Amino acid sequence: MKPSSEAGSRPRTIVEKIWDSHVVTQQPGAPALLYIDLHLSHEVTSPQAFAMLRERGLKVRRPDLTIATMDHSTPTYSLDLPVLDPVGRAQLDAMEKNCKDFGVRLYNRHSDHQGIVHVIGPEQGLTQPGMTLVCGDSHTATHGAFGALAFGIGTSQVGHVLATQCLLQTPSKTYAIRVEGTLKRGVSAKDIILAVIAQIGIGGGTGCVFEYLGSTIRGLSMEERMTICNMSIEGGARAGLVAPDDTTYQYLNGREFAPKGAVWDAALERWKTLPSDEGAEYAKELTLDANTLEPMVTFGTNPGMGIPISGRIPDPASVSNPLEKSDLTKALKYMDLEPGKPLQGHPVNVVFVGSCTNSRISDLRAAASVIKGRKVNPKVRMLVVPGSQQVKHQAEAEGLDKIFREAGADFREAGCSMCLAMNGDQLEPGEYSVSTSNRNFEGRQGKGGRTFLASPLTAAASAITGVVTDVRSLM
Amino acid sequence: MKFETLTSKIVVVPVDNIDTDQIIPARYLKAISKEGLGEGLFVDWRKNPDGSLNPDFPLNKAEAKGAQILVAGDNFGCGSSREHAPWALVQNGFRAVVSTSFADIFKGNALKNGLLPVIVPPDVHKQLLASSGKTVTIDLAAQTLTLEGGQPVQFPIDGFAKRCLLDGVDELGYMLNQEAAIAAYEAKRVGSINTLQ
Ligand code: SF4
Repeated sequence: MKPSSEAGSRPRTIVEKIWDSHVVTQQPGAPALLYIDLHLSHEVTSPQAFAMLRERGLKVRRPDLTIATMDHSTPTYSLDLPVLDPVGRAQLDAMEKNCKDFGVRLYNRHSDHQGIVHVIGPEQGLTQPGMTLVCGDSHTATHGAFGALAFGIGTSQVGHVLATQCLLQTPSKTYAIRVEGTLKRGVSAKDIILAVIAQIGIGGGTGCVFEYLGSTIRGLSMEERMTICNMSIEGGARAGLVAPDDTTYQYLNGREFAPKGAVWDAALERWKTLPSDEGAEYAKELTLDANTLEPMVTFGTNPGMGIPISGRIPDPASVSNPLEKSDLTKALKYMDLEPGKPLQGHPVNVVFVGSCTNSRISDLRAAASVIKGRKVNPKVRMLVVPGSQQVKHQAEAEGLDKIFREAGADFREAGCSMCLAMNGDQLEPGEYSVSTSNRNFEGRQGKGGRTFLASPLTAAASAITGVVTDVRSLM
Repeated sequence: MKFETLTSKIVVVPVDNIDTDQIIPARYLKAISKEGLGEGLFVDWRKNPDGSLNPDFPLNKAEAKGAQILVAGDNFGCGSSREHAPWALVQNGFRAVVSTSFADIFKGNALKNGLLPVIVPPDVHKQLLASSGKTVTIDLAAQTLTLEGGQPVQFPIDGFAKRCLLDGVDELGYMLNQEAAIAAYEAKRVGSINTLQ
C-alpha cells in the first residue's frame, strides 16, 4: 500500500486511498478492475456462482483468500439434531460440496468457528484495515469498522471474484458522517445509526461510502463500530467505514488470522497511513450531536422510519409528497398503528436479540444486564441467538446463558435466525417483535410479521415488560 | 442477454423504496439453482394470506399481461444483495424497470441479467406513474425512453454496462482476459496480501 504522499499532493479520504492501492488496471471505456483481498461466502448467494464456474470449467483463483460459513439457512436448534428442513439441508449440502470441490475453507454447522459471516470475519482477525473485502451479502459493510473497504455484491459478482479475485467497479463518493459528544445512559451505537438513517432516509447514501468520524465514534469499541457500519446499507450506502486507530489495533492483535511478528509491524506501518488526509474532500457531510440522542425505535416498514422512544408515530396527513404520504399510510396499515400515538407501551409478542448488527458478546452482555434478576414477561417469547459459536462459548463462560434461560428466554446456536426467517425461526402473521436486527421490511421476520428495530437494551427492557419500553425506566 | 430496443406496455407499482424482500421473500432463497424463482416475485403482495390472487395488485390486472417494463417508485431494489430479485423479474418477462433512482447493488445485479434500470427525472416519472397500460419504447443505443405520443427522454447509463448489453459482451470473459495484469498486481503485493495459511 502506498503512503498518501506517493499519490501526489491532493489530500485523499481513506476510501480513495484504499481504492487507489487496489486498482489492478483501468482500461479506457471500462470500469476499474479492483483487486479483492478477502472474499467471504455463505450458502444462500453462492450456489449459482459455483454452478457458473463448473459450467465454464473455471477454478477458484485464490482459495487462500476465500472463506465460507453457514449462517442463513442454518437451524439454531441443538446441534445434535440434523437439519430437518429438506430444502435448507440441500442448500447446506451444496455448500459442503462446492467448498470441497473448489478447495475453499468452510466453517460448517459443527465447526467451532461457525457463525454469521460478518461476526466471524472480525473475531478471527480475518478483517483488517485497508483491505478490500466482499461477500454476497449487503451487510458486508460491517467489516468497514476496521477501516476496510467492504461491500456486498450479487451472485454474478461472487462468480467474478471466485474466478479472478477481482471486480469491475466504479469509484464511490465519500460521505462524512460526524458524531460528536457523549452518549447518554441507555443510548447505544444502534441508536446512533438508527438516528442517522431516520435523518437521511434509506436512499440518502446511494452511490456513496460513509466515513464515520468524530469524537463519539472514536470513543466506541470495535463491536460498537461494527454495529454502526453494519447498517450503512440501510442508509443506501454500499459501504461504511471508520479509520483504524489504537482501538482497532488492540482488538486485532493476537487474533487467529491477524499478522504476527515482523509482518504485524509492517502491516501496522501501512495501516497508520490510511486515515483520511487533512483537507480531503467529501461529497456530502452530516453532523449529529450525540448529547441529544435518545434510544431509537422504528415504527414502520423500512429502517428510515424511526423515532426517539419518547416520540410519536408520524401522521401521513402532515406529509405533502403524495408517494411519501401513501408509503407512510401503507406502512402504518401493515403495522396496524395509529398516527400521532406514542410507540412506547405498544404490546410485543416476540423479542429477538441477534443478527450481524447486535449478536456479539457486548450485545449479549447489554441485554443480560437488563434481564438479570428479572423474568421475561409471560406474554413474550424471547430468543437470544449469538452471532457465532465463539460468542456463544464466551457467553456461557460468563454465565449469560443462565441469566437468559432463568429469565425464561431461549438461548440458541449461532446463525442469522429470525433476522430473515429462513431457518424456521420466525414471527407468526400479525405478531410484533422488538428486534435488534437491521431490517423491518414487510414480512422480513416471517410473513405478516411486524418488526420494531431497536438496541439490545431496548429489546431486553421490552421483553421484561411485554411492551415497547424505554430502558432508562429499568436502569 | 442482448438488449437493443424494447417496446412494451408498462405496469405501474406506485410504491417508493420497494425492497428486495418484497421483490422476492427470503423463503424463496433456499434454491440452489435459478429455476422457479419467478413464482416468488412480489408474492406477498400478489397473493392474499389465503393464497388467492389479490385482484388489486397491479401485476394481477388484465392490462399487465405481457408487460415487459415495470414502473416503480423511488429507490427501487433497496435492501439485500440477492440477485434472486432480478432473476425473478426476468423470469416474469421483465426487461426494464423505470424509477427515479435504484439501490446500487440492485442496479449492478439487474444489468448483469439483461434487465435495464432506467432512471428518469421526477416529472417524467410522475407522468409514467399515471400511464399504466400505455406503451413505452426504450432505445438503449440512443439512451431514450418514449411514452406513446410523447417526446423521447434521455436516461443515463454507464458506458461499459451499455456496451455489454448492446454487444452481448461477457463481463467475466473480459476480466479473464486481464490475467496478466492481475498476476502482475499480485506479484507486486506479495507480503501485503494476508492469506489464510
Ligand atoms: S444476520 Fe441478517 S442481515 Fe446479517 S447476514 Fe444474516 S440475514 Fe443478513
